Amino acid sequence: MIIGNAKPLEQIIEMLDPFDRIILAGCNGCVTVCRAGGQKEVEILASTLKLAREAASKPIEIRPETLERQCDPEYLEQMRPYIDGYQAVLSIACGAGVQFLAETFKKTPMLPGINTNFIGVTERQGEWSERCQACGECVLHLTGGICPVTRCSKSIFHGPCGGSVSGHCEIDRSVPCGWQLIIDRLNALDRLDMYEKLRPMKRWRQSRDGGPRRIVREDLTQ
Amino acid sequence: MLVPCTGRVEEIMVLRAFENGADGVMVVGCLEGDCHFQVGNLRARKRVERVDKLLGAAGIGIGRVRMVNLSAGEGAKFVVHATQMVEHIEKMGPSPINQVRQGWEEKIDRIDPEQRVGEQA
Repeated sequence: MIIGNAKPLEQIIEMLDPFDRIILAGCNGCVTVCRAGGQKEVEILASTLKLAREAASKPIEIRPETLERQCDPEYLEQMRPYIDGYQAVLSIACGAGVQFLAETFKKTPMLPGINTNFIGVTERQGEWSERCQACGECVLHLTGGICPVTRCSKSIFHGPCGGSVSGHCEIDRSVPCGWQLIIDRLNALDRLDMYEKLRPMKRWRQSRDGGPRRIVREDLTQ
Repeated sequence: MLVPCTGRVEEIMVLRAFENGADGVMVVGCLEGDCHFQVGNLRARKRVERVDKLLGAAGIGIGRVRMVNLSAGEGAKFVVHATQMVEHIEKMGPSPINQVRQGWEEKIDRIDPEQRVGEQA
């Protein structure tokens, strides 16, 4: 899922300064699971912002809404009947949601209430870590199910670099060396031959090097 | 306000109390390690700490919400904690929300009653 976390309240208060009637829009997707932008967070943020603004003698009216997803047009359309009655939307969905809102409702300022961080997993309640950088060409079948693009700090493809010490990365001793993980895993699977096999260079054009990406599936489009 | 376990206390409940005019909130849970639901009171403490930070960032002030752990048999200790909490809040003064609201009420009171609009006699 996409992992995000709340922006500092002071930053949100500053963003909202010109407005006194807004929609606070959450999302029932990824950000609900990572406790950054679901219905609960909408309620908490709305209440906190109302308190902050009233304490500053600048009360604000907030309409709390949590859409099923902010990355699908049909759910955004649910806002159309009432959006013109508000000066701005503070969205606590991921960056995709905020942008899609801005594209859909061009006259309304859209403000991000969270920072979107990465595609990752829940390690335990309250702790998430990165697993995928959406590079566009998955190699997990070659690397024992451990991604060299994400887990190696340099995203290198040919084994641990000189900064790998006792299985840890030079950037931080708490970060395991991605390539150490891959080799240990291949060893456990008795597939170290995968590591020894020469492979063509990775096509980074399918990653961000090719600019914003788009997928069109003719079998699904109408 | 009664809850079956402080694990039921969510951030929004405490925030709503401030919206509704509370100057302070004390959450009283069972002793740590004694939770019937294992970790209800531990979760409550983290939520209380989170709300405290939020209230600080919102300009309401840090220290207006407090978590206390007591057993059901510690009535005397409850009195001590409740008294300390009241004294602490009195020292902090009314929440900025109530100060603003009080200001409005005083302004309204100063308006000539005959000039007031929409007020029932």
